[in-house]
Amino acid sequence: MAGNSGNAIDPIHQFHISKIFPVEIGGVDFSFTNASLFMVVTVAVATLFLVLSTNRRGLVPSRAQLMAEMSYEFVAATLRGSAGNDGMRFFPLVFSLFMFVFVANMLGMFPYFFTVTSQIIVTFALAILVIGTVTIYGFFKHGAGFLKLFVPSGVPVGVIPLVSTIEVISFLSRPVSLSVRLFANMLAGHITLKVFAGFVVMLTGFGAVGIASAILPLILTVAITALEFLVAFLQAYVFTVLTCMYLADALHPSH
Amino acid sequence: MSNTQGNLNTTAEVGIVEDSGSFPPFDSTTYPSQLLWLVLSFGVFYWVMSKVVLPRIGGILEDRRDRIAGDMAEASRLKQETDEAIASYESALAEARKKATTMAHDARSKVKAETESARAAAEEQLAAKLSESEQSISKITAESLSHVGEIAAETAGELVKALIGGRAPAKAEVAKAVDAALK
Repeated sequence: MAGNSGNAIDPIHQFHISKIFPVEIGGVDFSFTNASLFMVVTVAVATLFLVLSTNRRGLVPSRAQLMAEMSYEFVAATLRGSAGNDGMRFFPLVFSLFMFVFVANMLGMFPYFFTVTSQIIVTFALAILVIGTVTIYGFFKHGAGFLKLFVPSGVPVGVIPLVSTIEVISFLSRPVSLSVRLFANMLAGHITLKVFAGFVVMLTGFGAVGIASAILPLILTVAITALEFLVAFLQAYVFTVLTCMYLADALHPSH
Repeated sequence: MSNTQGNLNTTAEVGIVEDSGSFPPFDSTTYPSQLLWLVLSFGVFYWVMSKVVLPRIGGILEDRRDRIAGDMAEASRLKQETDEAIASYESALAEARKKATTMAHDARSKVKAETESARAAAEEQLAAKLSESEQSISKITAESLSHVGEIAAETAGELVKALIGGRAPAKAEVAKAVDAALK
């Protein structure tokens, strides 16, 4: 009873990970959790939508097919815009990242749903995937020439050590900034929403005055919900745009 | 950790305090499981996207682009054909008009020439007839005039005979007298 009441307005409770099927391999916990469930749900929702909407392959698209086509062209335009036509070789990766993050963010907006992207390890893993792809492809394609990324052309020889140091630090901080940006936005948004919604619940417990004063946090909750939908899309887009820019570095390391 | 859980009016802040020992996103015991399931689910998702969904949508878009380009080419081809047909029709029309003008002109000049020649022939004929008639008139006149003396002599002879009875005077005599009288 008491625990439930505490959880109802505990803004952190929504990030708790609980085991559904315990799995342990070599003493390490690989349990299928609510986080795992929502990763699978995210993938299932995105895949089913994209597969079913394009099943008819209509020359004149249905609404659902148009949405699938628009997301395709949206990501393709973003990638082509920053990485050029060469960048299209990474299109499946960028599209998968965008759809995964976007659908995970959107599913997180449903009450009682777990937000996959509010876990730093998930966003960090996705960021490492991006930076790993950039680094490996960069060295594979350009060899040592990829290191030109850290030596901008047209810089006087004297300041090259300083500039290169800064460039290296900025490169290494990319996965951190990429992952923390998404994680922190989702986490903060959901906490804010929960705190304001919690105020409404708490204030209604204080009689007529409480109910009257609960109107303000209720309005704020509605407004923040709208804002969070925007953020859910925007952060998926930002993640995608930055991914495209980093991939452009792998393709053309000399600025 | 759980000394505040009994409190019914636990506030949000207390909630944070309550769980501060293990803020879920920083609880590293959940990382292996999250990573494993992320790799599995995202891996499957990436595979489906790159093998099924993206080629399919790309194909749909390309088909549409090709179809539109084909239709546009067909439309411009048909338009060109129409333009050609219009041009040939107009040139045929102009030629026909020119021909009609020439034909009308020819017919007019032909008719005119025919009329001219017919008139000339008729005039010639008339002139010939006129001159013939004039000739015959003058001949008749001359003839008539030549017979006047003879007739007069004869008449005179008959008159004399009737008047004096008996035998008629000699023809030569009468002619002589008539000629004298006529003079």
